[in-house]
Amino acid sequence: MNSVVLPAGHAGSGHSHSHAPGHGAGGPASKRIVVGFGFWIYLISDIIMFSALFATYAVLAPATAGGPSARQIFDPNSVAIETACLLASSFACGMASIAVSQRSMKWTQISLFITGLLGFVFLLFELHEFHGLVARGDGPTRSAFLSAFFTLVGCHGLHITAGLLWLGTMMAQFYAKGFRRDIQYRYLCFSLFWHALDIIWVAIFSLVYLVGMNL
Amino acid sequence: MFGKLTWQAIPFDQPIPLVTSAVLIVVITGLVVFVFAKGYVPYLWKEWITSVDHKRIGIMYCLLALVMLLRGFSDALMMRSQQALAFNAPGYLPPEHYDQIFSAHGTIMIFFVAMPFVVGLMNFVVPLQLGVRDVAFPTLNSVSFWLTAAGALLVNVSLVVGEFARTGWLPFPPLSELTYSPGVGVDYYAWSLEISGIGTLMAGINMVTTILKMRAPGMNYMRMPVFCWTSLASNLLIVVSFPILTATLAMLLLDRYVGFHFFTNEAGGNPMVFMNLIWAWGHPEVYILVLPAFGVYSEVVSTFSSKPLFGYRSMVVATMAICLLSFLVWLHHFFTMGPGGDVNAFFGIMSMIIAIPTGVKLFNWLFTMYGGRIRFTVPMMWSIGFMVTFALGGMTGVLLAVPPADFVLHNSLFLVAHFHNVIIGGVLFGAFAGYTYWFPKAFGFSLDERLGKAAFWCWFVGFYVAFVPLYVVGLDGMTRRMQHYSQPEWYPWILVAGVGALIILTGIILQVTQLTVSIRTRAQRRELTGDPWDGRTLEWATASPPPAYNFAVLPNVENEEPYWGMKLKARENLQLSAEPKYEAIEVPRNTPTGFITAFFAVVTGFALIWHIWWIVVLGLVGAYATFVVFAWRDVVETPISAEEVAREDRANRAVRLEALRAAGRAEPPQAQEALA
Repeated sequence: MNSVVLPAGHAGSGHSHSHAPGHGAGGPASKRIVVGFGFWIYLISDIIMFSALFATYAVLAPATAGGPSARQIFDPNSVAIETACLLASSFACGMASIAVSQRSMKWTQISLFITGLLGFVFLLFELHEFHGLVARGDGPTRSAFLSAFFTLVGCHGLHITAGLLWLGTMMAQFYAKGFRRDIQYRYLCFSLFWHALDIIWVAIFSLVYLVGMNL
Repeated sequence: MFGKLTWQAIPFDQPIPLVTSAVLIVVITGLVVFVFAKGYVPYLWKEWITSVDHKRIGIMYCLLALVMLLRGFSDALMMRSQQALAFNAPGYLPPEHYDQIFSAHGTIMIFFVAMPFVVGLMNFVVPLQLGVRDVAFPTLNSVSFWLTAAGALLVNVSLVVGEFARTGWLPFPPLSELTYSPGVGVDYYAWSLEISGIGTLMAGINMVTTILKMRAPGMNYMRMPVFCWTSLASNLLIVVSFPILTATLAMLLLDRYVGFHFFTNEAGGNPMVFMNLIWAWGHPEVYILVLPAFGVYSEVVSTFSSKPLFGYRSMVVATMAICLLSFLVWLHHFFTMGPGGDVNAFFGIMSMIIAIPTGVKLFNWLFTMYGGRIRFTVPMMWSIGFMVTFALGGMTGVLLAVPPADFVLHNSLFLVAHFHNVIIGGVLFGAFAGYTYWFPKAFGFSLDERLGKAAFWCWFVGFYVAFVPLYVVGLDGMTRRMQHYSQPEWYPWILVAGVGALIILTGIILQVTQLTVSIRTRAQRRELTGDPWDGRTLEWATASPPPAYNFAVLPNVENEEPYWGMKLKARENLQLSAEPKYEAIEVPRNTPTGFITAFFAVVTGFALIWHIWWIVVLGLVGAYATFVVFAWRDVVETPISAEEVAREDRANRAVRLEALRAAGRAEPPQAQEALA
């Protein structure tokens, strides 16, 4: 029966100090590893959802049904500004991570605010682009290509929106509860999420905009 | 104000759904009144609804599956009776109703019977087998369950308010587009599956993290029980395939709600994109269902043959091979839709290749039984019934994987017979085997053996009587989903199939009786040691039902069958291992987050189906508020004192010691060793 007393860490405990890597040697891994790992698995699933949208876009991109093609509607300047905003936002998010590890409330809040602000500017540019297309009669109902384009890019935008809501909650949690361990784990997940959205944006930038403008 | 929702949504003019709804409403109201009158509400709320204990959640998943099995099976009975009456006649179900019934039958059986059943078993068993205290994210686990229940609820609401899809269990466009399905049926289908699909995805993430990062000390990968391996494979498939379902249904909904052109016939839309995407999810889905069932059989066959599983390593390799191959065969679901000869040949061959690892598994089970001291208990009978039935279903599957044969047989009742053969014979038999096998672990008393055997025989015989005729008429050209027909050659076979469904009905009635009788006579069937079957894996090392924290101290794993090793040592010495030093344990605190999230999901889903936009907004705001409130909790765990842990564990140890001594007196130690 149960024969050995464990010196370290048990499952489901927020106060677990286990240093087990989770490969079976020392028992369940620490909370930080479990939370981070679980969130990575979620990110994989999210990326797979995007890959379904990418695949659909790839198939439907030529199906313009007499409407405009990618080349005719993309504005390189706008996309460049969007990309710059998003990458800078990720940089600010990285700075916030450093501030969190330094326990600096001031710099944490400032960096997170900049992160959010840049994300918001990105969204404004995206909405501006979408609005312009719809106003010209080239909305998502115009052709299968535009449906796929709006959905793929819009789904990323929806993620950014959800991320901004999460970011606001994160800032409030730091402010109200301080650098508590579980809040730091949540921040770890948020930063992973924010950086992953960059990776997806890079794919959108390359496969949708760059390829589209050179078709 | 209420979007598309008017009084016309209630089917006042159709007696069958109206009466069914009325009966359902009366039964549910009666149940609610009973629960309130008896004062069970606080108990249910505290111990079950808000529970984040993986065992409780697992049990609720299985309960959901059993209840929905009754719903799905009544659909099956209606289809069988309709076809029995509809030879040269209209039968009693008009086509628009019959179409809803076969769509609901498939949807419910896959998403709300098979899925919750296997997810429930995994939830209950995996942390126990891994020797840990809970899953990686207990609250998320509760959210997952309640979202699945929310989806099930919405599907059933469609019975009373509005209609269900008439498109089959997968809503192929362009039929499922607004032009051809203007009603709310497809919307009910899609929103239910979006909600429950997200629940399943989160359950998958949770379980993968649990298996990869949370195991008892010493339990490296090659010491994990095979059920944990098959659960890992199944949950990896969930993580990789369910996002595709979410995306695909979202695109269909965009087509339907805001006039996008993904899968329409106009403006460049392409229905084949839907076919490819839905089956890129759909084929892995069948392995998501059957792999955990394979794990159950592995545990059951090994336990009741009193032998370690034959070919453990080959079992692991075969499981992971199936996990990988399942993603390379999706196209065999539409050989006839124009991929061309080369593509068909590739996917035909890949489909046949899956039979190889599956065959490896079958031989491993047979060799495990060979030379073993087999006990023919109910779980073992389900397992042997499975081996025979699944081998047959697998062979018709290989037949269908041959593209030229598929051109003849696709869309026929032969296909219907094939997938029922593998899903009933594979998944459902496995779920029943697991249900009977782990029931004493979950509740501390065992199910009635005699009624269980009777139920097995009814299911086993009933299955063949119901589905062999469908193979025959399928070969004879009868297509699926026929509301009426006029071929005299088919008629007698359809009648026989109806008799088969009635035999299965007897089996289900026997199962309900078995559960009722067992609960009533539970005082005599108490099982106190926690190890009723002479088990070999760690879930049998703790009490039945296990305490909230599962193990007083985490077990130390030294070999592939850790509990068997401990037991042998104990039998040799005729005493238990030394009493461990007990420490206080903290278990995750209960929370209504899952239930409240699901409440908002139901409200939002219902409002979306009926285009009631202001409720949609309210629902989403409510869901976000729930998230914030949850994020604001300060106390996340409840402590259990070392004294309480010690008291509970000592009680269990005392019973085990007594059982050990009793067995020692009955058989001298030498005989015990020979048995091992």
